[in-house]
Amino acid sequence: HLATSLPLPSERDHLRPRIDLIAFMIDIKSKYSLKNVEASLAYVDATFFLGKVCFLVTGVGRANSCSVEMNAIWKLGEVYCSPVLFCELELEGIRVATAQRLLRMLQICAGHVPGVSALSFGSLMRSFADH
Amino acid sequence: MDETVAEYIRRTVLKIPRDEIKTMLQKWGFLSETQLQTINFQQMKESISQDVVQLCEENSADIKQAAVLDIIYNHIYPNKRVWSVYQMKKTGEEMEFFDLTDFKKKFKRLLRSALKNVTINFREYEDNAIWIRIAWGTPYTKPNQYKTSYVVYHSQTPYVFISASVLKSNLPLLCQALVVASTYQDIREMELRSHSLNSLKDIVFKRYSQNFQTYYPRPLQERNVAPESDVRIIQESRNEKERIQSVNREVFGDGPQPQLEFAQYKLETMFKSDHKMDILDKKEPFRCLVKFSSPHLLESLKSLAPAGMADAPLSPLLTCIPQKARNYFKIRDKKSFFPGSFVSP
Repeated sequence: HLATSLPLPSERDHLRPRIDLIAFMIDIKSKYSLKNVEASLAYVDATFFLGKVCFLVTGVGRANSCSVEMNAIWKLGEVYCSPVLFCELELEGIRVATAQRLLRMLQICAGHVPGVSALSFGSLMRSFADH
Repeated sequence: MDETVAEYIRRTVLKIPRDEIKTMLQKWGFLSETQLQTINFQQMKESISQDVVQLCEENSADIKQAAVLDIIYNHIYPNKRVWSVYQMKKTGEEMEFFDLTDFKKKFKRLLRSALKNVTINFREYEDNAIWIRIAWGTPYTKPNQYKTSYVVYHSQTPYVFISASVLKSNLPLLCQALVVASTYQDIREMELRSHSLNSLKDIVFKRYSQNFQTYYPRPLQERNVAPESDVRIIQESRNEKERIQSVNREVFGDGPQPQLEFAQYKLETMFKSDHKMDILDKKEPFRCLVKFSSPHLLESLKSLAPAGMADAPLSPLLTCIPQKARNYFKIRDKKSFFPGSFVSP
């Protein structure tokens, strides 16, 4: 499901399946994109932040058009206890690799990987990022 | 033939892209068809230009003919210059019949009476456009053919498009000559500038597709079977996307936008601060200049909201540019909470 902002339109509530993972995409070239994500975070139920939310930062290939500061992004990841992934959508290889990562995360969040819960995986990713 | 004329012709030919040289020389009409046949247009441009100068020698070209070639070049490649738009005013009732010969005579007379050394050339085109090329000199030096001003005057309209050269000091004289020659009373600069002459004409003559308030009925659900890119992707924000599209369409219209490169906003507003600390002790306007630049400014503004880079609708300060026919603004405080009065002195 793709949405440009939250909350999701309520008229489709009955058609929507269970949501296992929310990936917030931030375009590093657009401050507006960060602002939009920050505003949408307010509409997410607190239980999602136990490993079912991640931030995906796109456009990192063009270092000279960065409008969003890295500190702001790290802070966001810290405050919401969620991992931050980086990718460049314009390069097919990175796009495919990122999609595979997200898919793996989704499998864990949906409970399809025995022995690994969303929360444990989330804290694993975070402790890795801290070092 | 004068050395300077030969050099000028040579340099003008060098500016022309190689594939266009023959057509442009034909348009010029100064060299005969048989003479043009003798030039090999496949060789290097330097050699072509020298052949052309040679032939012009034979025909004894003078500066007037060379100037015509320059006008033709600038008419085909006007986007190499920056054009400003001026509007003339008269308080009289109707337009008098426009007499071209009279206009040219008066224009030349006024300029020549003020400045002895000046080269003036006219060329008329279809759509009533008069192109004027002026090379400026001083009382002591000959006109500098490389620092020329161009004026495009559409005689059936009060608008003049001027591409002044670096010699800005001659601008008042030029404006005065235009006003007198065209029997208007006043001329003012419209704060509208761009490289694209045609776009400026589009804006001023209202030839771009304007947004009319039409009612766009929502398409019936059954008819809305545009093939999805992938059935597995569900767009939650379709309503929002459609809203953005329709707002954009209302504001910008459907057709291509005129091409501008800049929008500049000079802020002369007071710095507003809620805190106790007064950053500015003196209550002076906070001077700030905001400049937007783009190869095609209006198209990029139009694509901001659909691309998810800005809210729709955009600020009216940006969207009013074609309607107000200006892209240089001065913004001052108004008494009400809505900031901005597009008043220029």
